[in-house]
Amino acid sequence: MDAISIEGLTKHYTVGFWRPRPYVALDGLALNVRRGEVFGFLGPNGAGKTTTLKLLMQLIYPTAGRAEILGRPVGDAAVKSRIGYLPENPYFYDNLTAEELLVYFARLFGYSAHEGRQRASRLLDAVGIGPERTFALRRFSKGMVQRVGIAQALINDPEVVFLDEPMSGLDPVGRREVRELILRLRDEGRTVFFSSHVLSDAEALCSRVAILVKGRLSAAGSLDELTAFEARGWEIVVGGLASETLDGMRGSLASATRLGDGRYALTLPPSAVPDSVITALVAAGAHLVSLTPLRATLEDFFLERVRAASGDSGTGRVAS
Amino acid sequence: MRAIAVVATGVFRDSIRDRIAYSLVFFAVLLIAASFLLAQLTAGQDVKIIKDLGLAASSAIGVLIAVFFGIGLVTKEVERRSIYSLLSKPVSRSQFIVGKYLGLVLTLLTNLSVMAAAFYGVLAVLDAMAPPELRASWDAPALDPRMLVAFALIGVELMLVTATALFFSTFSSPFLSVAFSFALYIIGHFGEDLKHLDNIVQSQVLAQVARGVYYVMPNLAALDVKSDVVHGVSVSAWHALAASATAGVYIAVALVAATIVFSRRDLK
Repeated sequence: MDAISIEGLTKHYTVGFWRPRPYVALDGLALNVRRGEVFGFLGPNGAGKTTTLKLLMQLIYPTAGRAEILGRPVGDAAVKSRIGYLPENPYFYDNLTAEELLVYFARLFGYSAHEGRQRASRLLDAVGIGPERTFALRRFSKGMVQRVGIAQALINDPEVVFLDEPMSGLDPVGRREVRELILRLRDEGRTVFFSSHVLSDAEALCSRVAILVKGRLSAAGSLDELTAFEARGWEIVVGGLASETLDGMRGSLASATRLGDGRYALTLPPSAVPDSVITALVAAGAHLVSLTPLRATLEDFFLERVRAASGDSGTGRVAS
Repeated sequence: MRAIAVVATGVFRDSIRDRIAYSLVFFAVLLIAASFLLAQLTAGQDVKIIKDLGLAASSAIGVLIAVFFGIGLVTKEVERRSIYSLLSKPVSRSQFIVGKYLGLVLTLLTNLSVMAAAFYGVLAVLDAMAPPELRASWDAPALDPRMLVAFALIGVELMLVTATALFFSTFSSPFLSVAFSFALYIIGHFGEDLKHLDNIVQSQVLAQVARGVYYVMPNLAALDVKSDVVHGVSVSAWHALAASATAGVYIAVALVAATIVFSRRDLK
């Protein structure tokens, strides 16, 4: 059984006051997230990521399609007690302290006030909220509120955690701590579904990703699957290369860059066979420093998909 | 039930610490205390002035808190998106509405109790200072327990105003919700005028519409016994119970309607 199963999920809004017209926020999304994986839900701003998460939380209702979490329809009370959710740019009650907020949420899951306080204390430690946990939340910075938001999403030891832009508002230390926290959740066997437009986070954390562009699923799969066949060539770094040898090889190189100390970075096109080039270089007196395959990064793949969708005239956002 | 109780406790804890709310209550207490000074300027009417001012201030401040906080219960949660975290927990939208309502009612009743205590405190001071011949001239004793009935009915009125404000806020903007709530409050207090509008206007259609509005809108004037108790007129238990029961029906209808509207709403 998948942790999350989405079939044909669609959401239309009506926009415009004088001339109301439908707007497609999400168009037939189909997706499965396996248990225990960290799944990255990527897309540029306005792609429909937050809409998807709101549909999964039943904060908005779908125009069409269905979604299940842990084998049950979204919105089921039993499901809600097994999941955690961090909304994008969370906001909480001004006059409650961080500790009180977490105890309040813990009590909604049926924990006693004592258990709630214990859980709150442990989680606030985990997200780096110290003595300020007894301050009213209106005094918290954006980054501190984000940390409290992450803590509240974990108050019930959820099996599936939904995080909408979890790194938003965090400083570099905070980002690193949250990355470690997500990996810890994965190691504990929990499923983490997080939306982001920060691709380095996805590359560092996710086993699989989906890319959403203009409300439509553009690609989904493991990072290897999405980028493995996008080889961009090879980079060979050599030392002791004579200039006349280099001149003789220029026809087979995509580029050659002098690095200093007599070293050169030579780029081969994807069609080239690096072994024969290296053999020729060594025969000419050069020595090999490094050989690196130039693969497409997630960012390359992502940008390519977004550009393709932008150029696709059939991908409008007005519902038919 | 547990979810409702937890939500209500959360609202109470948050709103009882709200600076605006306790500033308003402080203002009411100050007004009640100041009425003591005002009463010194009049001869023989001192206790009546304190009672009039005290009850009116408690009611007015209570209504302000009920309307503005009642509307904020839903609109602030949605605008600030704090509702997203809450509704992702095991809380249904109907539990959210009822819990929010009960939490604010608890806050309002606490505030009203503070104002009532200040009110009776001022009257106790006046009672202790007044010579026996002055006391004998009063319509009713300074510490007349019948005024508690007036406070209780103010409490019922605040519960009704909160429920209607909450209902309006589930489908309209904060500005419109405030306008609707005060309109309903005013119509509710001038129901008798609407009922007998045919004595003032020529148009029979307008008179019939006004009478229709009178029968649909809650009769808040029935909950207003301030003038009676100030003058020492007893309010029958039957009247108090009947007015409260009618208000209870309106509260239930407003909460059910609020739940139905809110349950279908997309929280964008």
